[in-house]
Amino acid sequence: MNSLYRWNFAPVLDNLDVLWVGAIGTLRLFVICLVLGFGFGLVVGLGRHAKASWIHLPATAFVEFFRNTPVLVQILWFYYALPILLPFQISPLVAAALGISLNSAAFSAEIYRGGIESIDRGQAEAARALGMTAAQAMRRIVLPQALRRMLPALTNRGIEIFKMTTLASAVAYVELLQQGKLLASLNFNPIETYTVIAVVFFLCLFPLVQATYALERRLGRADA
Amino acid sequence: MHVWNFAPVWANADLLALGLLNTLKVTGAALAFGVPLGLVLALMRLSPRRLLAWPAGAVIEVFRTTPPLVQLFWFFFALPILIHVEMTPYVAAVLTFSIQSAAFFAEVFRGGIVSVERGQWEAARALGMAPPQVMRRVVLPQAVKRMIPAFLERAIELMKTTTLVAIVSYADLLFQTNEVAQKTFRPLEVFTVTALIYFTVIFAASQLVHGLERRLAASGEGMTR
Amino acid sequence: MTTQPLMRVQGLEKNFGDHAVLRGIDLDVMPSDRIAILGASGSGKSTLLRCLNFMERPSAGVVELAGQAIGRAAPGKADPGRRSYDEAELTRVRQRVGMVFQQFNLFPHMTAIGNVMEALRTVRGQREAEARERAQAELARVGLADKAAAYPARLSGGQKQRVAIARALAMDPEVLLFDEPTSALDPELVGEVLRVIRSLAEEGRTMLLVTHEIGFAYHVANRVLFIAEGGIHEQGTPDQVLKHPSEPRTRAFVDRHREFDF
Repeated sequence: MNSLYRWNFAPVLDNLDVLWVGAIGTLRLFVICLVLGFGFGLVVGLGRHAKASWIHLPATAFVEFFRNTPVLVQILWFYYALPILLPFQISPLVAAALGISLNSAAFSAEIYRGGIESIDRGQAEAARALGMTAAQAMRRIVLPQALRRMLPALTNRGIEIFKMTTLASAVAYVELLQQGKLLASLNFNPIETYTVIAVVFFLCLFPLVQATYALERRLGRADA
Repeated sequence: MHVWNFAPVWANADLLALGLLNTLKVTGAALAFGVPLGLVLALMRLSPRRLLAWPAGAVIEVFRTTPPLVQLFWFFFALPILIHVEMTPYVAAVLTFSIQSAAFFAEVFRGGIVSVERGQWEAARALGMAPPQVMRRVVLPQAVKRMIPAFLERAIELMKTTTLVAIVSYADLLFQTNEVAQKTFRPLEVFTVTALIYFTVIFAASQLVHGLERRLAASGEGMTR
Repeated sequence: MTTQPLMRVQGLEKNFGDHAVLRGIDLDVMPSDRIAILGASGSGKSTLLRCLNFMERPSAGVVELAGQAIGRAAPGKADPGRRSYDEAELTRVRQRVGMVFQQFNLFPHMTAIGNVMEALRTVRGQREAEARERAQAELARVGLADKAAAYPARLSGGQKQRVAIARALAMDPEVLLFDEPTSALDPELVGEVLRVIRSLAEEGRTMLLVTHEIGFAYHVANRVLFIAEGGIHEQGTPDQVLKHPSEPRTRAFVDRHREFDF
C-alpha cells in the first residue's frame, strides 16, 4: 500500500478570511430562506386549512408541486429558465433564495396545517361560542397552542434549510461550500478543505440538532 | 413575449431518458446499500455495548448534521487521494448516498424498534429466547410494519437528493437537462420539462406511498399472526 | 301576554347530509325560564342546543333573539324556507348567548383568570385592568377566586367546568346554554358544578340545559322538554313530564333513569 497521506491544514487556516466571506453568504441566504419559507408557509398552511376550495385547491397544488420537485432543479430553473421570460437577469442569490424558500414554504405549510388540525376542535368551538370571529379564534386560541406543538418539526425544517444553502454553490453563489471549492482548486488540497467545511457545518448544526431533541423530549412530556 | 418551442426538447428526448434511467440507477443503488446499512447502524446504536453504539451514533450524527453536497464533494474529491483509488462520479454518488440515507434509515429503524413495547421483549425473554432471537422473531416483525411509511418517505427524499450528482458531472436527469439546454439554447423549455418529469415521478411515488399507508392503517398494526 | 319571548324558535330543522336530526321544533323561551332538555342519545337534543347559538346552522326554520329574526330569508326553488346566515351576525349573536360545553374546552395556554378575561379583551375590547377585575369577580362567584392564577392542567374536572361557566358569564349573556355540563365529570365532582348552575337559576338567569341529571332537572327547571326522534315528544312542568308523564315513551325514558331521587 502507498504511503499514508500527510494532512496539512495550514493552507486552509491561512485562508480563513476567504471562508469567512462564505460563511456570511451562507448566513445571509439562510436567514432570507428561513423568513420567507416560514412566513409564506404559514399563509399557505392556513390556505390548506381553509374550507373554501378557491383558496384550498391552489394551496394544495403549490404544496404538492414544491414538495415533490428537487430543490436543485428549482434553483436551476430560476437561474437559467426564468430569465428567458423576464426582461432582467436573476442573480445567484435570488435564484437560490427562490428555490429554497418555495420548497421550505411547501414543507412548512404542511407542518402548520398538521399543527392546527391537531388542536382539538372544542378549542375553536369554545372561542366561537364566546363570540370571537374565526380570525380571532385562530390568532388567540388555536395558533398559539399549535405553534408549541410544531416547534420540533419547524426546527428540523430550519436545519434542513441551513444544509440546503450549499446547493447555491451550483449557481456560484458565494457561500461556504463555494469558497471551499475555490480554496481546494487553488491549493490542491480538497481533503483538508472539504474536511474543514464539513466540520464547520457540523459544529454549527450539532448544537441545534441536540436542542431539537431536547425540545422534542420536553414537549413529549408536557403534552398529556 | 417569449415564444415557447418544445420541439428541440422532444428531439433530445433520448438524452433525457438516459438521464432519468441514471437517476433511477443511482437512487436504486443507494437504497439497496443504504437500507441494510441503516439496519446495521440502528442495531449497533441500540446495542448495550459502547464499542458498537458509540461509533454508530457518531456516523449517524455526522451524516445527518452535514450537508449532503459537502459529503459528496468529500467522497468525490478528497477520498480518492486519501485511499489512492480512482473515483468515478457514480461510485462517489452511490457511496455518499448509501451512507447518508443509511444514517436517516437508522433513525427510522430505531424509532420502529423502540416503539414496540417492553412487554413484548419481556414476554419473549421469559420464554427463554436469546436477544437476537427476540429481535428477529418478535420485535422486528412488529417494528417493520410501523416503519414502512416513514421508510418510503425517506426513499422518496433520496430520489430528490440524488440530483446533487449532476454537480459532479454524473449523467443523471438534471445533468442531461443542462447538456440539452446548452445544446439547444432553450433552457426554459428543457428545464420546465425536466421539472415536470421529476414532479410526475416523485408525485406518483408519494401517492403510492399514501395509498399503502392507508391500507396499512386499515389493516391495523395490532394484528398478530 | 305582554312579555315577549327572549328567544323564539319556529319550525327548526337540521339535516346532516341525508340524516334528519331535527324535524321541526317550535319553542318559546321566556325570560328567567330554566328549560331542561332530556332525551336519549341521538335524539337531537344537543343539536337543538347548538342551533340556538348557531354552532350548527339550521337547515330550515327561524330563530329569533329578543324579537329579531337571525339571518335572512333566501328562498330557493326546492327550498322555500331556506335562510342565509352572515357569519358576522352569528358572531354577534354568540356574544349574547353563552355556552358551556361537556368537555369544558378551556384554553390550556391561559390561566383560569386568563380564560375568563379572554373574551372581554378580544371581543369586547376591554382594557386589561377592567377585564381582570370582572374576571376575578366571576371566578369568585363560582367559588374559585383562589385558583385565578392556575392553569387548567392543574384543575380538577369540576373546577375546570366552573371556570368555563365563569368564562361564559363574563360576557353577560342573555341566555345560557349548557350542553351536558356534568356528563364528563367523575361522580363526586358533579355536585359542585350543579350547585353553581342552581345558584344561577335562583338568580333568575334564562338557561337551557341538556342533561342526564334528571333529579337536578326536576328541582331546578321550570320547564322540561323530552326530545325523541328530532321533535319535542312531550313538554311541561317537571311534575308533568318527570313525575306523571303522559306519553309512554317519556315514561320509559324516566323509568330507565329512575336511580335518581326526586
